[in-house]
Amino acid sequence: MTVLLDSDESTSPVVEQPRTLGPASPTSDKVFHGVTLAIGITVLVIMGAIGVFLGLQSIPTFQRYGWGFFTESQWQPEKDILGISAVLLGTFTIALVALAIAFPLALSTAIFISEFAPTRIRSFLVSMVDLMAAVPSIIWGLWGFFLIQPKAIHIAHWLHTHLGFIPIFQVDTDPDAAIWAQSRYAASAFVAGIAVAMMVLPMAAAVMRQIFSQAPAGEREAALALGSTRWGMVRTVVLPFGRGGIIGGTMLSLGRALGETIAVVLIISPAFDIKFRPLEVGSESVSALIAGRFGEATSNQLKALLTAGFVLFVITLIINTLAAMIVSRSRSGALTD
Amino acid sequence: MTTTIDRSSNEDPTGLANTREISVVADGSPGVAPGSDRGSVSHLAAAPVTTQVRRLTVGAQEPTAFNARSAADVADRPRVIESPRDISSATLDDRLSFWGSMLGSFGLVWVLYYQILPFSGRVGFVICWWFVFLAMYAGVTAMGNPSKVVVDRVVTAMVTSGALMVFLALTSAVLFTFVRGFDALVHVNFFTQDMGGVRPTDPLDKGGILHAVVGSAIEIGIAVIITLPLGIGAAIYMNEFSGPFARAVRTIVEAMTALPSIVAGLFIYTTLIVLLGVQRTGFAAAMAISVMMLPIIARSADVVLRVMPGGLREASLALGASKWQTVRQVVLPTVRSGLATALILGIARGVGETSPVLLTSGASTFMNVNPFNEPMNSLPLFVFASVRSGETLYIARGFGAAAVLLVLVLVLFIFTRFLARQKVGR
Repeated sequence: MTVLLDSDESTSPVVEQPRTLGPASPTSDKVFHGVTLAIGITVLVIMGAIGVFLGLQSIPTFQRYGWGFFTESQWQPEKDILGISAVLLGTFTIALVALAIAFPLALSTAIFISEFAPTRIRSFLVSMVDLMAAVPSIIWGLWGFFLIQPKAIHIAHWLHTHLGFIPIFQVDTDPDAAIWAQSRYAASAFVAGIAVAMMVLPMAAAVMRQIFSQAPAGEREAALALGSTRWGMVRTVVLPFGRGGIIGGTMLSLGRALGETIAVVLIISPAFDIKFRPLEVGSESVSALIAGRFGEATSNQLKALLTAGFVLFVITLIINTLAAMIVSRSRSGALTD
Repeated sequence: MTTTIDRSSNEDPTGLANTREISVVADGSPGVAPGSDRGSVSHLAAAPVTTQVRRLTVGAQEPTAFNARSAADVADRPRVIESPRDISSATLDDRLSFWGSMLGSFGLVWVLYYQILPFSGRVGFVICWWFVFLAMYAGVTAMGNPSKVVVDRVVTAMVTSGALMVFLALTSAVLFTFVRGFDALVHVNFFTQDMGGVRPTDPLDKGGILHAVVGSAIEIGIAVIITLPLGIGAAIYMNEFSGPFARAVRTIVEAMTALPSIVAGLFIYTTLIVLLGVQRTGFAAAMAISVMMLPIIARSADVVLRVMPGGLREASLALGASKWQTVRQVVLPTVRSGLATALILGIARGVGETSPVLLTSGASTFMNVNPFNEPMNSLPLFVFASVRSGETLYIARGFGAAAVLLVLVLVLFIFTRFLARQKVGR
């Protein structure tokens, strides 16, 4: 080869030019690039426009109400008093109740499916969790309102009677009355939280299970070979490995729980109090506020509702971004096996 | 922890080395009945044998030759047919301690809860039973096992009951919807008529939900026509032409998946209906569903495309295929089933979501097949409105519609399972 080149050079000293490789990319590729780029731009513009629109619509509200929009608790359009502090508190109350119920259940479902379940039913259980995620939220709303609420008020009453000295189990009524006021325990953030928990649970369980199943097999075997029990193996290998998945999955479900609408609208009765008594009747969430008030809203109030929606969107966005960061960081750990 | 373990033995990553407690117990001690599946162990003579608990870790594959018998016993019985003990399932001791604690705690709690203490209510009973069961199970296990095993058993019971509770919640929600909807579902007219001219108090053999079913189909159809090309196109762009712009698209799409569905509905309500003066129609509802679905579909398509093995794409390009040929003949056929699964799940989400249509479609009681004129009804909206009405018969109709919606989602879901099972050859 080299000899050949040498002889070439010696005979005809032509300045070497790189061969032209034909058209850089065929026409079909140019069309393909153009079309997908156009779609990409369209999606970017549509999605970006929604975010920008929400942000712009919020400016007049912030100018008009200032920080009072975040500190005022009442939503009384007829008196021009608008504020979302009570609504935000209610949103977080419902979401936290939902998490308090969904987290242990999702964690044990994920551990059960990835560690304890017999191998042959494992894929069936995985698709059951997926199915649960596909069940429409209105179904969970009906389930919570008609099936769970009559039972949940007894649990709420029991908690109030026996653990009422803890502030969060406080309800503004006498628990020991001969005929206790059932309606004081109904339509509460607690009942709504149960329904919302069922909606966000499958998402958390799916993320956790996926991370658990990636725990390095070598370390599992090592733990078992050293005489660990199955739970000992899970506690020392799987759970530390999946910590990111547990936190990330929980935060993702928190983001979803904050935006849940229909189940909350069906169950709670609106109340604009600054309180953290989830067992007591009445609460309000941002999404339920929008669903309930959009119809009668004037232009300004509609802007205020959009602002409330924007605030909810920003909170959800922050939570989701943090969750995605935590999940992806824990996934990269799989490579260091 | 040193991990000098031979990894070549890792044949079954799920059934990795079952940990079993193999306990050799003297006859007559609790938990071992004569003639149990432990074969020769139960034939131990009545001679005092020291109770001994050993913990062994046994590989799943190899049959165990467990020789804990003394030579004298072997001499007693000249020939014992040895069969490998089934190490994968629970021993009799395990089963008896589980079921014994189950029954014992049930009886104890029943007596205390209903007979002695002034309690009532089934929910409370089950909760008490669960706690007493855990305590009793721990106690029974502690009688013959070290504390680590007790913890293992109790945690296993807790984890299993958590999973069981989730399963119960799912089945109860599905069954409850069908049971409550049964009254409406048995009438044929429920599927063939609309609610035009039907009063809420009319009996169930009048009126139906055909208009809601048709409305849902039209709305989701328009939404799919809009979001499918945009979503998949954007996902292909993000994966095939990586660069700063593709990253920007991905960031925005991921951010917009955080948009609550009610805000998507409010956005369309504000722009289309209030600012542009469009009527509340099926089209507006379809736009709201699209705004909600587009990030979901783009994101899931992106995830599916991203996990495709890069070797296939590179091999195609190395053979001289153009980008378009690679995408059309290698990438898309490879991810087809995964893509279809992701899309159908997105559609199932769009069908079932109530909040976007609540703000945008209005609610007709009659059949309307024109999405650009007059309000339109849809299944989730019909369920929501009928349940809120408070009329008993109307609520029954709502449950019937909810059952139809659930069947729709189930059919879509089973279809995705079917697609997912079809593996494309590599």
